[in-house]
Amino acid sequence: METLYSVTVGILTACSVFLILRGRSFPVVVGITMLSYAVNLFLFSTGRLTIDGAPILGTSDSYADPLPQALVLTAIVIGFAMTAYSIILAVRTRGEVGTDEVSDSNSEDNR
Amino acid sequence: MWQQHLAILPILIPLFTALLQLLPWGDRPQPKRRAIGLAASILTLVASAFLLIEVNSQEMLVYLLGNWEAPFGIVLMVDKLSAMMMLLTAILALPVLVYGCYSEDNLGSHFHALFQFQIMGIMGAFATGDLFNLFVFFEVLLISSYALLMHGGGKFRVRATLHYVLLNLLGSALFLIAIGTLYGVTGTLNMADMAVKIQALSGDQAMLAKAGALMLLIVFGLKAALLPLHFWLPQAYSTTSGVVAALFAIMTKVGVYSIIRVYTLIFGADANELALVAHDWLWVMGLLTMLAGALGILAARDLRLMVAYLVVISVGTILTAYSLFSTQTTGAALFYLVHSTFVTGALFLLADVMAFERGKTASRIVSGKQMANHSTYAVMFLVAAVAVIGLPPLSGFVSKLMILESASASGHNFWLWGAIIGATFIMLVAVTRAGSKMIWHTLSGNPSEQSAPLGKRAALASLLLLSLIMTVFAHPIQQYTQSVAEQLERTEDYPNWVLKAPEVSDE
Repeated sequence: METLYSVTVGILTACSVFLILRGRSFPVVVGITMLSYAVNLFLFSTGRLTIDGAPILGTSDSYADPLPQALVLTAIVIGFAMTAYSIILAVRTRGEVGTDEVSDSNSEDNR
Repeated sequence: MWQQHLAILPILIPLFTALLQLLPWGDRPQPKRRAIGLAASILTLVASAFLLIEVNSQEMLVYLLGNWEAPFGIVLMVDKLSAMMMLLTAILALPVLVYGCYSEDNLGSHFHALFQFQIMGIMGAFATGDLFNLFVFFEVLLISSYALLMHGGGKFRVRATLHYVLLNLLGSALFLIAIGTLYGVTGTLNMADMAVKIQALSGDQAMLAKAGALMLLIVFGLKAALLPLHFWLPQAYSTTSGVVAALFAIMTKVGVYSIIRVYTLIFGADANELALVAHDWLWVMGLLTMLAGALGILAARDLRLMVAYLVVISVGTILTAYSLFSTQTTGAALFYLVHSTFVTGALFLLADVMAFERGKTASRIVSGKQMANHSTYAVMFLVAAVAVIGLPPLSGFVSKLMILESASASGHNFWLWGAIIGATFIMLVAVTRAGSKMIWHTLSGNPSEQSAPLGKRAALASLLLLSLIMTVFAHPIQQYTQSVAEQLERTEDYPNWVLKAPEVSDE
């Protein structure tokens, strides 16, 4: 289970890094979204992976660490909101600047 | 009775103010929002001042949120450093808000609420004693800063904001990975508790924790604009509106504060295998940051861009001095931190009013029309320049002298002295050139008819006055920053203070 889990997180992270390094804002936003999935999974695993364990003492034989689950919830909420904001911003930049390029080599703000 | 809740007041006041300001206030909401904002800022200032006095006598205020015991619940841990930073934020926020009330707040919606949320995030980041809570407050201040950076709109601003947002989202993801790694190794998120657990690590576990620690350095370095992560700052700060840029003078200091907090308390001298894990990096990167900032101000052709690079230099100076890790240099660096926050804030406002009155040439460093309040700005520019460069007699000189003198004891003279004096010289050249171009070489013809309101000029003058006050009261302030540095060094006391903190009682 641990191997599968870590390979999943690793592939997600690698793909997101590849996307973030692209030169247009759309792939970058998708990459950031993917990275936040990878991060959430990673955070979840920091409490050690357990099967059949409720995060409540005394309800089952083994129990899971509840804290990472709370952290992941917070991270999901913040990450989701920020993704929405960056999409809006990317769309607005596309509208106002007229290009989706992230680099500013072809823009006139070389002041 | 209320004193026991003092630690959380600077967070709660801006929070409730912002919520209050978001209410619909009839046809003309702005005057009411302004009044509420100003009253709240004064209240925050008073609360922060009380907090500083209280902490100065009690060493440390620990506030258990929801009365949960220390390592299990979230704590607010206000030591002398936090109290100083909170007071600094409150003092900076007041004149900036006054400046903003002169119709700057009409450029976009909800300026006042965003401003207060920003203050809340900054105060929270300074007060918290929990690593994940630090992340949450970082997000609070970042989310408001995303919106504030866009304040006023425009093509360049939107673009700069997009870069800033994407970069900080990446930073937040890294922050979470680092926190996850550290939690996986130590099983705690409380900073004081983590400091104890880190000492017991060895072998593989220590290496994992080291990876987490250095990832944290990347995150904080990004916030503080440490080379090579400083590229976002000049673009973001020079395209946004003056009032927002002035408030953001404290934002890089949040990164600096987090570096000082984490690498003194958690990965400090007592951390066995992980002792001083970041200091070698900080030393090199700090020196290079100063160099990069110095090159930037030489190349800048816009006053606001130049001030943005001055911020970069100040970050480099503080972190280099801190990386020497002696009580004296840390104290001197903290004094410089306070000074540079006020002066760069004032310079951003000055560039803004000058750009307004110059009209078409704006803040570009070229000769332009004579300004309506030409001589006022000339004097202000002179004072600000003397302070920011570090010429006698203002606070810049005092603080740089303290850093140089304290560093001479540590044997790192050559590079630090060379870098600071070299950067000072370049600042002298660049700032003088900008001043003479913009103030002396005016085009013939009528002076500009646009005149900035008196209130804006007064707000600006009061920020500059703070530099003067820091010069006159240099001794008591220096004594305080020294006591901050001494307290920071006593890391072994923190677990005692935090983990044995008494519960808040109803009495």
